[in-house]
Amino acid sequence: MSKPVLEQVAGNGLMNRRHLLGLGLTGLGAVAVNSALAADSDMNLQQPAWSRRPGPGPSAYGQPSSHVSHVRRSPSAPDPIYPGGGISRTPLQDLQGSLTPNSLHFERHHAGVPNIDPAAHRLVINGLVRQPLVFDYDSLLRYPMVSRIYFLECSGNSRALLSGGNEDGSAQSLHGLLSAAEWTGIPLSVLLDEAGINSSARWLAAVGADAASMGRSIPIEKALDDVLVALFQNGEPVRPEQGYPMRLFVPGWEGNVSVKWLTQLKLTESPVQFRDETSKYTDTLPDRSSIQFSFPMGVKSVITSPSGQMHLEASGLYQISGLAWSGHGHIRRVEVSADGGSSWAEALLDTAGANKALTRFRIPWQWRGGPATLLSRAIDSAGNIQPDLARVVAERGPVSFYHNNGIQSWGVSSNGEVYNVT
Amino acid sequence: MSLDHCRQLAILLIALSVPVSSVSQSTTSPGLGIAVQESALSAIDLIAQANGNGFPPGGGSAREGRTVFIQNCAACHGMSGQGVSASTVLVGGNMQSAESPLRTVGSYWPYASTLFDFIRRAMPADAPKSLSDQEVYQVTAYVLFLNDLIAEDTRIDRERLLAIEMPNADGFVDQSHIH
Repeated sequence: MSKPVLEQVAGNGLMNRRHLLGLGLTGLGAVAVNSALAADSDMNLQQPAWSRRPGPGPSAYGQPSSHVSHVRRSPSAPDPIYPGGGISRTPLQDLQGSLTPNSLHFERHHAGVPNIDPAAHRLVINGLVRQPLVFDYDSLLRYPMVSRIYFLECSGNSRALLSGGNEDGSAQSLHGLLSAAEWTGIPLSVLLDEAGINSSARWLAAVGADAASMGRSIPIEKALDDVLVALFQNGEPVRPEQGYPMRLFVPGWEGNVSVKWLTQLKLTESPVQFRDETSKYTDTLPDRSSIQFSFPMGVKSVITSPSGQMHLEASGLYQISGLAWSGHGHIRRVEVSADGGSSWAEALLDTAGANKALTRFRIPWQWRGGPATLLSRAIDSAGNIQPDLARVVAERGPVSFYHNNGIQSWGVSSNGEVYNVT
Repeated sequence: MSLDHCRQLAILLIALSVPVSSVSQSTTSPGLGIAVQESALSAIDLIAQANGNGFPPGGGSAREGRTVFIQNCAACHGMSGQGVSASTVLVGGNMQSAESPLRTVGSYWPYASTLFDFIRRAMPADAPKSLSDQEVYQVTAYVLFLNDLIAEDTRIDRERLLAIEMPNADGFVDQSHIH
């Protein structure tokens, strides 16, 4: 009990992650006991009202506590010249673990959310196939399915940081076009095998049943690798905002290739050159050439707590926590700095080895009440290292705004305000 | 199923030119897809590809498209494609300008086919798929005309559309090989 409380492993108060595994926890316990002894009469140690009368009974569909009504997506304002179009962002700073509740999964719609009657919905496979086929919803429910946990990130996530500005941002407003779910569906290769792919087919065009008939072209190698026709999201039928009754799910790739409300898959020799793979979702570089078909989302991480717009009430021990992910595989390592990158400590990974999923990382941090700059840096199983934001800005320039995987910096002022540093 | 029924089915399938192999795969896969002919999919399959596949018959000129554009498009895109916001501008822009380049159909889009495909599937934004194929050709011609890429009386059809060399056609680097 007289041993030093926590082992500092990097500058400005970063502690050994192994303390989170129960090692050296005497220190934490001592802090907690001290806090309890210091508390006084407003501890409210009486039987509360809710312990004195029965509450409401069961309900048909559960709702979150009324006390967490602040945990909400942030939908963009309606735009009359863009009916149904827009985004809503996931409140990353309010969530824990590595899955996103369905009601909080981020949204990006190009023409609103269609109200699809599954009995009238069709999935067509045609083009360069031996036999064009039409599937209905009930038939697809009979197919063998697999369940996989994957992240989904809009390629425009974190775009505000590429143009500076937005100093008042939160984890949600800056990085909230990121979510993860357990997707259950039919391996696309099973359905394509039934139609029979002609040897001349090199690409697959996927089209949604929304008013925009959203379309994207996907190389056939990926289509036959790990792509799903997803019918369930975290165990329940896919939500309307996510593509009910079915969506394509393309693990690790920019979000909009996972076409929602999937209604057509057409095998082709070459890309269709849809609007959303030419005019949009292409990345214009400083030399004014533009990258097309920049599919995988790069290795990335963000500290979600403490994060922008939070306030640290008092100095003491905190747990820095965040999310890391890569479209190239799984997260091998996350490093955290509390001194703006002068020194780094390795964080504890909750779900190490999660392929193309979110990995929660944590590390203890002793905030001594002085200024701090918190950074996280992820390294994936392919050896990719998350780049500095300045490097991303330099390489991609001011015109491009997709695929920003640069390191997020959160400043902590001596009065405990946490803010975005750009 | 009796042997006679099997024989009848086999004859039927051969008569319909449906490959028997797509049925025999049902031993490992449910095989619940309904076989259809491509010709039955013309209303569902709106994909008009850059290689020319999928374009419907017909055509139209910018002169014909002007009225269609004013009635269906100008509220958001302006009478001459100047737009009402940065995201609705259809004309102008220069990818090599010193300032951040305005990316429009004329300055940025690599393929003219995309214009037809996108208008037919997604425009006008408040009533997608309400234009006839002929009107889509006409509006496509009008937007190309506004960008000084064709003359006002040039009739745009499938062949003519594919022949148009867009100014930024060589401005893209394909990274689809990077998975």
